[in-house]
Amino acid sequence: MKHMNRKHFIIRTISILQICFFMMYFFMTDTFAYQDTLEKIKSSGVLTWGFDADGGAPYVFHDPKHPSKLIGFEVDIVEAIARELGVKVQNFQNEWDSILLSLQRGDFDIALNGIEITSDREQSVLFTRPYFVYAEQIVVRDSDNRIHRLDDLHGKKVGTLYNTVAKRMLEEMGDVAVSTYSGQVEPFKDLSLNRIDAVLVDLPIAFYYAAPNPQLRMVGEPVGEGYYGIAVRKEETALAEELNIIIEKILRSGELKKIYERWGVWNTSQEKLFLHEGLLQKYTESPPSISEKVPLRVTTFLPTLLKGALVTVGISILSMMLAVVLGLILAIMRLYGNKWLQRVSTAYIEFYRGTPLLIQLYILYYGLPNIGITLSAFIAAILGLGMNYAAYESEIYRAGIQAIPKGQTEAALSLCMSGRLILRRIILPQAFRIAIPPMTNDFIALFKDSSLVSVIAMVELTKSYSMLAAASMNFFQLGIITALLYFGMSYPLSIYARRLERKLKSYD
Amino acid sequence: MIEISNLFKQHGQQPLFNGLNLEVEKGSVVAVIGPSGSGKSTLLRCINGLEYFQKGCISVDGQKLYGVNEQSYNKAGEDYTVKNIRRRIGMVFQQFNLFPHMTVLNNITEAPVCVMGISRAEAEAVAISLLQKVHLEEKAQSYPAQLSGGEQQRVAIARALAMKPEAMLFDEPTSSLDPEMIEEVLLVVKDLVSEGMTTMIATHEMGFARDVSTHVIFLEKGNIVERGSPKKIFSNPKNKRTKMFLSRFMK
Repeated sequence: MKHMNRKHFIIRTISILQICFFMMYFFMTDTFAYQDTLEKIKSSGVLTWGFDADGGAPYVFHDPKHPSKLIGFEVDIVEAIARELGVKVQNFQNEWDSILLSLQRGDFDIALNGIEITSDREQSVLFTRPYFVYAEQIVVRDSDNRIHRLDDLHGKKVGTLYNTVAKRMLEEMGDVAVSTYSGQVEPFKDLSLNRIDAVLVDLPIAFYYAAPNPQLRMVGEPVGEGYYGIAVRKEETALAEELNIIIEKILRSGELKKIYERWGVWNTSQEKLFLHEGLLQKYTESPPSISEKVPLRVTTFLPTLLKGALVTVGISILSMMLAVVLGLILAIMRLYGNKWLQRVSTAYIEFYRGTPLLIQLYILYYGLPNIGITLSAFIAAILGLGMNYAAYESEIYRAGIQAIPKGQTEAALSLCMSGRLILRRIILPQAFRIAIPPMTNDFIALFKDSSLVSVIAMVELTKSYSMLAAASMNFFQLGIITALLYFGMSYPLSIYARRLERKLKSYD
Repeated sequence: MIEISNLFKQHGQQPLFNGLNLEVEKGSVVAVIGPSGSGKSTLLRCINGLEYFQKGCISVDGQKLYGVNEQSYNKAGEDYTVKNIRRRIGMVFQQFNLFPHMTVLNNITEAPVCVMGISRAEAEAVAISLLQKVHLEEKAQSYPAQLSGGEQQRVAIARALAMKPEAMLFDEPTSSLDPEMIEEVLLVVKDLVSEGMTTMIATHEMGFARDVSTHVIFLEKGNIVERGSPKKIFSNPKNKRTKMFLSRFMK
């Protein structure tokens, strides 16, 4: 679901109309900036809080026992803040990647969801004083004795969450093969399945997911300490001040510590929260080295986007090849097979057409390991897309084959040709021509659907875009460039298909 | 050469042939005439194994095809027999049925190369000489859609001849042609007959049937109402139905 949102987001970004709206929105928030949000919260009695429950435990997540209820240490913090403000909390679920963007748009008043205070984020939003000291924790398989500290990760395959400080740390090490995930469960799952060698994530996540799992083990001291802060729109100094006072209050009263203890995330590092003034100076003067500003220069983002585009092209071509071959087999089974082959083919087509590709990908990648089949992300992506599209291709071929007049088969039979020969030499070449326009359609659709494979840790073009955009907060220009890249790849395909069609049509 | 004995066929509940018997000797030319729906096409298609039948036997050069309800019928044997029969008999259809995605030349060489396994060069040499025979050698590289109906039908005849058949079945070869093209196709058939090709032709061209055939059968509702020499049938038909039918054509 999360990724459908992102896809829609891109589509929205490239539509001119929406761009206009977008700009108006920005101007409006600028103009209304002086209408203080703190005033608004107090007069309306509602504090709107932006977060992503998909991010998971122990921050904000759905109570497994009462799925409609949100729990987590951040829920408790926000409730405490609201109580101090004398208002109610209104929840605003927002995809984590774009949480600051939505904040700027004015969708909610505060963003509080494990957002690390980094200098590049401070360019676009205003942070309160920190409410939590995090550090990065290495997690390995219990049976693995190769990794003891951060340096041991060189040359290894390491999973982490994207758009996090941990990811940047790993990338700065140079020779680490980084796998990025959007959910917190998946990296640990892949770690236990031997798909990756280690996971580097914020300590609370490691603590919550890895500690109870006997297969996994946390190693080494937490590294790369940093701070979570509450983000508000840049001009909301009054709101930030008020929030600072409240954080100070619940910190000194011990309420914050109690919350952290309840969720098992308290450690001595949190004592640093008390060094408020000095700390603030420290992180504004010399930000942690791992959070260098990411300037938006062609040389920075273009190689990343092009690499993503290459993966997109590779996955699309390979999965379309699979779809074409498998689709043909299915169509022939359905048209010429015995009763059982026909049933198998029909059931396959109905199943793959009637279920979402996203679910199929999840089952292939995260579900199959339960029955002992562990596929790499690349193979799972190709199988997932290819097997899904095979269902559509087979129906196109079936229609194409059935459109060939009976007289063709009869003439070939009277020439003593065998059924197989007739299919290969007479029927399929003619059916293929009929199938080209719908096949082109499908190939272009598959090309764009390939963005869905980002859910199984494949970094292709859309994923590269969303990561770059989230890091630089530049959704607009990067979005246009990414859309142009997609278009630049799919349009030649349309032209080629049209030409092929014309060439094959030359005989009638 | 072709022997049809006691042929029974029904479409669903509708009986078509009710114990039809017919013998076609080597070198003879049998014209099958009769109103639409009388079973002319079906009869030819049964001989070539394009239609099944319930009872009776069709024998081509000793290759026996049995009705599906006959004791001697078995599927595998039948498939084999049908192939043998098709190797001996060429067929030309009302709708030409050329392969639209192949050139004229490839339409003709396709079966000889893929079925008989002769070399492409040899098949092309044969094809060219057959095209000369039907006066279309200059169209070898054209596609069927670029030809007129009459030209297409002549290519279809050349295509059937490329398999070196011992007999030919023509299923209303001129019925979907414009009047001015009928002649060129009939001339080719006439040439073929004059070379001694055993031929069965379902046709509405009565003048042609009278000129080229050695035998004529008049078919109505699946029954051979009258049979005999063309002279006898066309000049002095005995049966009332035959008379009525011919009177409409021979004006």
